[in-house]
Amino acid sequence: MISLGIEGTAHSIGIGIVEKKDDSCKILTNNIKTIKPKKGGIHPREAANHHAKYLAEIIKKSIDETNIDKNDIDLISFSKGPGLGPCLRTAATAARALSLSLKKPIIGVNHCVAHLEIGRGVFKKCKNPILLYTSGANTQVIGFSEGKYRVFGETLDIGIGNCLDKFGRIVGIEFPSGPKIEKLAKSGDKYLNLPYSIKGMDIAFSGLLTAAEQYYNKKEKIENICYSIQETAFAALTEVTERAMAHTEIKQVLLGGGVASNKRLRDMVKTMADERKADFFVPEKKLCIDNGAMIAWLGILMYESGTRCKINESYINQRFRTDDVDVTWRD
Amino acid sequence: MTDNKVIYQGAEAEISIIKYKNREAIQKKRLHKSYRIKYLDKFLISSRTKEEAKLIIEARRAGVTVPIIYDIDLFNGKIIMQYLKGERVKDIFNKLNNKKRTLLCKKIGKNIAFLHNKNIIHGDITTSNMILFNDKIYFIDFGLGEKNQEIESKGVDLHVLMEAIESTHSKYSKFFNIIFDEYSSHLQDDSKKIKLKIQEIIKRGRYR
Repeated sequence: MISLGIEGTAHSIGIGIVEKKDDSCKILTNNIKTIKPKKGGIHPREAANHHAKYLAEIIKKSIDETNIDKNDIDLISFSKGPGLGPCLRTAATAARALSLSLKKPIIGVNHCVAHLEIGRGVFKKCKNPILLYTSGANTQVIGFSEGKYRVFGETLDIGIGNCLDKFGRIVGIEFPSGPKIEKLAKSGDKYLNLPYSIKGMDIAFSGLLTAAEQYYNKKEKIENICYSIQETAFAALTEVTERAMAHTEIKQVLLGGGVASNKRLRDMVKTMADERKADFFVPEKKLCIDNGAMIAWLGILMYESGTRCKINESYINQRFRTDDVDVTWRD
Repeated sequence: MTDNKVIYQGAEAEISIIKYKNREAIQKKRLHKSYRIKYLDKFLISSRTKEEAKLIIEARRAGVTVPIIYDIDLFNGKIIMQYLKGERVKDIFNKLNNKKRTLLCKKIGKNIAFLHNKNIIHGDITTSNMILFNDKIYFIDFGLGEKNQEIESKGVDLHVLMEAIESTHSKYSKFFNIIFDEYSSHLQDDSKKIKLKIQEIIKRGRYR
């Protein structure tokens, strides 16, 4: 089965075409285009306009790149949520148009679950992982338990990516700030105390952000602040992930989301996994960030396990919770 | 202290049965984590060990059933305490009949109220951290606890339990209400404020 997936939850529009062969995920193409605001954060309307402008072009390019005819596509998948309303609606509109013109079924999928499923799809050994999903908006520790994907821990205030971007904005590092903070942190050598906030398996970053800003105002070296933010926030993320693994007795860990590109975070989680004798998986960068391939892949899993979606029911859901998903494709 | 027998390896600590002054005891040893920098590692281990021991002792004074503490070693992150030969509530919660489960939930609610009456926040109230022993519910692992009188902290404390029950005992998630009702009847403060706070915290989560 071949599916074309359209991802448009936030600042990126992604088109991916994947094929399911022998139970594993073969990625035929995966294109992503991202809006970079000149200043400040993402404006939902501007992001949606950006997506609308490039959608048709990227869909055409994606189909042309693969050796398939557009009629070989069996299923159109789109990101149903969670995300920014205008962006979701733009992606869903494109999906409906494609579904109607190609006369192929449509299916809306949960963005967070797609991040987990793509890991299971591309790594044969990755059968039952705990996902540490760290992006701009989302910071969740997700695992499969009693028939559903459960959120074992999540941020109580802002996502870790958002925390890094907000700090970047305060000190004048352009969006996305994560990669530059990572680079600066490498030259940091002094640890500055920052709030380490864990409640059960949940986590909070706003106190850390405020404290980091205060260090900046007190003219502490920016390298040391970046170093301390990474060491504190990532240690806390690793700890909640380990807690979820201990709690569920699951021996596999998977990373997903844009912040998973950070080498320090990867190293920490890998070290933790090694010490627990657990398997560690991290997909290539393009499959970690928001992308169409993961949407297409989850669409196939849902469709093959019997989920159907009529075009007049193909609405989006800005607040689509991970634990609201009916998991029909796993036992 | 010889014959260390590790019975449980948690996320942050190792629980073993040891001989302490000629009796069986539980040793909780916080483990070094090489993923975090040394400074943070030492700080978290010693501050959590100290805080945990303090809270267990205070909880006992508040009338909550907790293990008796025999010894503390801050430098090595060790707490030596009473060995409770019971069952983890996590392992039995789904197996009980409704009557027994209701009774269990009432005991849980009452103990949490006793903690909160003295402004003790457990910080990680899950069914993994409760042991049923001699018909009593013992609370263990105060490692993420603190003393705090704010409604916010008490709300978060109960919210952690609510989430734990929803994720691990999803069929019986309604039993949280029994816990809360019993909690309310033993709480000195007005529990309405806390109920509202929990609802607020739920909404704070993403996409609620």
